[in-house]
Amino acid sequence: MNEAERLVELIPRLRRYARALVGDRAAADDLVQDTLERAWAKLHLYRRGTDLRAWLFTVMHNVHVNKVRATRPTDQLEDEMPELAQRASQGDALMVRDLDRAIGRLPAEQRSVLLLVTLEDMSYDEVARTLGIPIGTVMSRLSRAREKLRAMMLGGPASAKLKVVK
Amino acid sequence: MSDDPQITNSELQAYADGRLGEERSRAVEAWLAARPDDAERIAAYRRLGEELRRAYDPVLDEPLPAWLGGGRAPRPRWHGFARIAGWVVLGAAIGVVAGWEVRDARPVAASRADPGEIMAHRAAVAHAVYSPEVRHPVEVGADQEAHLVAWLSKRLGTQLRAPKLEAVGYSLVGGRLLPGENGPVAHFMYQCNQGTRITLYVRTNVTGNRETAFRYAREGSVSVFYWIDSKTGYALSSADVSKETLLSVANAAYQQLNPP
Repeated sequence: MNEAERLVELIPRLRRYARALVGDRAAADDLVQDTLERAWAKLHLYRRGTDLRAWLFTVMHNVHVNKVRATRPTDQLEDEMPELAQRASQGDALMVRDLDRAIGRLPAEQRSVLLLVTLEDMSYDEVARTLGIPIGTVMSRLSRAREKLRAMMLGGPASAKLKVVK
Repeated sequence: MSDDPQITNSELQAYADGRLGEERSRAVEAWLAARPDDAERIAAYRRLGEELRRAYDPVLDEPLPAWLGGGRAPRPRWHGFARIAGWVVLGAAIGVVAGWEVRDARPVAASRADPGEIMAHRAAVAHAVYSPEVRHPVEVGADQEAHLVAWLSKRLGTQLRAPKLEAVGYSLVGGRLLPGENGPVAHFMYQCNQGTRITLYVRTNVTGNRETAFRYAREGSVSVFYWIDSKTGYALSSADVSKETLLSVANAAYQQLNPP
């Protein structure tokens, strides 16, 4: 099987990841389309024998980051973004339980790590390579993402029960 | 050392992912046994992982859009000739390959072109996912029915109603918002005295605007009666009642939702 065929085989997985990453179906498929365009244009840069899936998800990650940067005047990719700061009416407490939106409220870089580990079942090492970050960063982002998501799904504050474990 | 194993946060994450070796898993388990709060936290991480997979794995089985599965040309984009040219090449390559491989691999999903059938499929999946939930079957309970209906109506952009099904033995448990094919979906859950659950899936903007009579579908163990009424689609699902019982409930719901 050549790269183009294997690339096509990976489309459903790209769509699953994209859907969880951006939430909205149309935006997710746009992201997949842009990723495939770019992957096709860059396929000569892919080194045969290396992990095509990791390479493809790296391409998607880069396309996504560029899109987010292009559509937002301020950089929202920082760890410190107060993810619940936008709206906090009482009705929202109920709605935040919706998994979809809870994921959407995770800082982008934590969301990627959690989704690659959980949906793609990538090893921490693969995630590190795919996102171009050290493995220690993968672990800390994974940990923070889970704790925030758990707190949101419970409707409590993010750090209520978090203990630092060394 | 073994009496007081040093457990790192990374090891806890790996344990939550089921990726820790046997020996370290035992050490983590011993550590957690003495710390119920942390044990609950790690268990919650596992549950979240399962919920994530349940929420997004169905995307794998969705039929590819026309622009990925061949057929129609890609949507026009005017960012530059190179972009479009690239797409024509890729579209041709993928169209050929996908036509043979992707579609062949997923004959059921790819053949679902009918909006009613797609809705019935999604309703059955939603039923299978949420009806076994013990602690969190719904987002908003029936004790806040007015809020629930107002909230879901607002999100779907149309006035919804949660039908009263007490006459056929079912009372409202509550409801939740779900991601649908192309927008939000309302999901109401009902339960009878014996604990049997039935769910009602409501979506708007059904394309094709075809009104349909009751139709029946079966997905695995889940039976679904569904109908479309002026772009609003309804699907009533259950895994535990007979087709006849489900039909009588569907009739009761239909009469309230679509008065003559």
